[in-house]
Amino acid sequence: MSTLLDISDLTVRFETRRGFVHAVNGVSYTLEKGKTLGIVGESGSGKSVHFLAALGLLPPTVKREITGRVLFDGKDLLTLSDEELSDIRGRDIGVVFQDPMSALNPVLTVGRQLREVLMRHQPLSKAQAEARAIELLDLVGIPEPQRRVRQYPHQFSGGMRQRVMIAIAISCQPKLLIADEATTALDVTVQAQIVDLIRDLSAKMDMSVIWITHDLGVLAGIADQVQVMYGGRVMERGPVDAIFDNPRNAYTRGLLNSVPSLDENAEKRLYQIPGSPPDLSKPPVGDPFAPRNPDATERCFAEMPPLRAVEGSPGHVVAAWYELPPYAEGSR
Amino acid sequence: MSESRTVTRSMLHAFLAALIRSKPGLAGAVILTIFVLAALLAPVLGLPDPVKGDLLARLKPPTISLSGFGAHPLGTDQLGRDILSRIIYGGRVTLMIAALSVLTGGVFGVVIGLISGFFGGWVDRVLMRVVDMQLSVPLTILALLIIASLGPALHNLVMVLALTSWVQYARVVRGQVLAVKSREYIQSARAIAAHPLRIIFHHVLPNVMTPAIVVLTLELARIILLEAGLSFLGLGIQPPDAAWGRMLAEGRTFMSTAWWLSVFPGVAIMLTVLSVNLLGDWLRDYFDPHLEG
Amino acid sequence: MPNYLLTRIGESLLAIWGVVTIVFVVTRVLGDPAVLLLPIGSPAAALAELRSQLGLDQPILTQYVHFLGQAVRGDFGNSYQYMRPAMSVVLERMPATLMLAGSAIIIGIVLGGIAGLLAAIKRNTFVEYIVMFLALIGQATPMFWLGIVMIMFFAVNLGWLPTGGYGSFSNLVLPAMTLGTFVAASVTRLFRSSILDVLREEHVRTARAKGLRPKTIYVWHIGRNALIPVVTMVAILTAELLGGSAVAETVFSWPGVGRLIVQSIETQDFPVVQAAVCLVTTIFVFINLLVDIGYSLLDPRIRSHGGGHE
Repeated sequence: MSTLLDISDLTVRFETRRGFVHAVNGVSYTLEKGKTLGIVGESGSGKSVHFLAALGLLPPTVKREITGRVLFDGKDLLTLSDEELSDIRGRDIGVVFQDPMSALNPVLTVGRQLREVLMRHQPLSKAQAEARAIELLDLVGIPEPQRRVRQYPHQFSGGMRQRVMIAIAISCQPKLLIADEATTALDVTVQAQIVDLIRDLSAKMDMSVIWITHDLGVLAGIADQVQVMYGGRVMERGPVDAIFDNPRNAYTRGLLNSVPSLDENAEKRLYQIPGSPPDLSKPPVGDPFAPRNPDATERCFAEMPPLRAVEGSPGHVVAAWYELPPYAEGSR
Repeated sequence: MSESRTVTRSMLHAFLAALIRSKPGLAGAVILTIFVLAALLAPVLGLPDPVKGDLLARLKPPTISLSGFGAHPLGTDQLGRDILSRIIYGGRVTLMIAALSVLTGGVFGVVIGLISGFFGGWVDRVLMRVVDMQLSVPLTILALLIIASLGPALHNLVMVLALTSWVQYARVVRGQVLAVKSREYIQSARAIAAHPLRIIFHHVLPNVMTPAIVVLTLELARIILLEAGLSFLGLGIQPPDAAWGRMLAEGRTFMSTAWWLSVFPGVAIMLTVLSVNLLGDWLRDYFDPHLEG
Repeated sequence: MPNYLLTRIGESLLAIWGVVTIVFVVTRVLGDPAVLLLPIGSPAAALAELRSQLGLDQPILTQYVHFLGQAVRGDFGNSYQYMRPAMSVVLERMPATLMLAGSAIIIGIVLGGIAGLLAAIKRNTFVEYIVMFLALIGQATPMFWLGIVMIMFFAVNLGWLPTGGYGSFSNLVLPAMTLGTFVAASVTRLFRSSILDVLREEHVRTARAKGLRPKTIYVWHIGRNALIPVVTMVAILTAELLGGSAVAETVFSWPGVGRLIVQSIETQDFPVVQAAVCLVTTIFVFINLLVDIGYSLLDPRIRSHGGGHE
């Protein structure tokens, strides 16, 4: 087993008219080859921004400051030129975005959008790329690929569009697939199909996956590891079972309690974490979740807790000054 | 009541503060204000008569210099009329025609847009067909024809210019109405069976006013140019009244000997249109932050 | 696609019919050609005779049907001034107008396209400010005034080019540049803002995530999408040129349809005015139709949904 991705102390700050926005504050983690990491958090937690920054995909007009190290396959992505980085994007790292309607170009055929990524990274003729595009559409479960390849995105349903996005993302057999809220915009039944598709593909192609979502429930069946982010920081990380059965961070517990559970009676109201996400233009010195955490101690407000190992739970780390009582589902 | 007045006042404050911060918007507002004030105050500015000329002072070059304005700051024309005075009086005519046309076209267009968007169905389909039809017709040519047939009287000019512009309002307002209609408070107003006119006046109209004002500004610039063109072709306000386009057309004959006859009225048109466009662009960005880049 | 095309053709015919009707209403119902033709103070008998000669004494509906029948055949009667069919007088002037409008559109699109792209790429730099300032000035300058200033400078002062007239390439330069400047100013502004809008769209991020080269992204994912509104505007500008060139043609004594219309209005040669207005409209409607078809090739969403308002 070897490490594919090793991020250390990644920090992203945006410069706006009203000052700096501290979007990502010292994020570190590693991902092994062939494994799936789930990253969960609310919007503004830095879960998307951190990978967009690493891949050079932030909007070009936004002034930003990125520090830290992002080792991918031994190369530090942050030191590469945009030219070198673009060789890696699409070839070694594929990305599936949230809304397949706006993420696909409405005026180019699906085939053309597949061909251009294939021909960018592989020495294929147009005809070879076309044949490969049809194979790929077939691989992601799109019926009648020969006909579909000549169609435009608006002629596909939402779920089918997301399959096209996936076909584009895996077209060059990447080592890493990043699914950024890939099922959020879809119907519940379609969500399950897309989750299954990505899980199957990652097993078949021995591909690592980073699955980014705000919905912890989605991760249960697919992730090897789960990382919880809040206010641009990692709050807790561990094997999927450890996170679900023994969450040690108050925010993780809050997220778990807001996951709808099928075996409970429907009348029980979903729990919502009170309060609102932190204002990243003035980052708190302490634990960013402290203002919303009833169990917060004085130290939580004064100092950011470092990640520490959880006793008796291998591979499980948490950022918390406090110790929570043993977890029973449904309690807080 | 007083609370809503405070809200209005603070909104006005924010609006003015933003205008002052924007250099192009402020420049537009200042230039336009100068032109409008000059036009309004023309009779009390003590200017030479714009219609009766001094035949002894024909085709005099501009006397404006660093030391002062002189007798005829921008020179005189072939009949010895003061050009500055004619430009200011011409501005009265041009700005009045433009304002009347824009308002007439605006009121008509807004009403059509409201009806089309609010009632939908076949009413909407018919009205939008008319809009499509009007858009597929070269309006300047039609304006020429109508003015030529009916004569270049003031009300004909205003009618024709308004005719070329109502479509823009109708489209924008209709789109806005459709967007507003889907919002909850309108649906609930409909659910309690409020009278359609009441819904339009209390809920819809306030929401369509900002886009309508933006269209109005941009249309104003287009109409000033179109009116100048008609006037240049001799189809505007008739002599001896001053009109910018007409002054240019007459000055053209003296192009090689007396450049000031055709240059200054042109500068007046350009500055007016430029200032209105600057203001219009700024208004659009102010009301629609998405468009601001 | 065939359905959409048929609808559009139907709409075009409807628009032409509408204009022919407006021409009829304006010239026959609102105005009275007989009054305009005869000198002021002519005896009532002369007026009545001319009316019956022109068929103006018949019921308005009969006149309308008659007018429509003639209009379909392109027959608007003889020109009072030239004493031959009005339509042939107009058709003779058509090449000059098309040549001028065509050159102006080409100059405008090339110049405006480059300037708009430059302004969008060089965002927030001195280059963008200069380009956009020039475009603003260009939009605010009345066409006829720009023409006059150009004549003063290039023809009168420098003596490089003729002040007006028709026949050789040197005659075309000034009027084409004048109209072209106006088109370029509008194209520049729209293309720039359209590019900036597309830049914000998510599919551009997808294109970058695919590792595509900046050139590919600019041409295929930004330029192509940003072109769609520009195509629409070029259609509207073509309209402005076919009509608005009445002004430029007058300034440069360019023997086109626009100048003919103005002259015929002055001489009250109504058959020529009617023929010209109807012809220009038909050409304009036809160009719009072509543009819509081009538009549907650029934007596949139109092809299947049809051109709706939503």
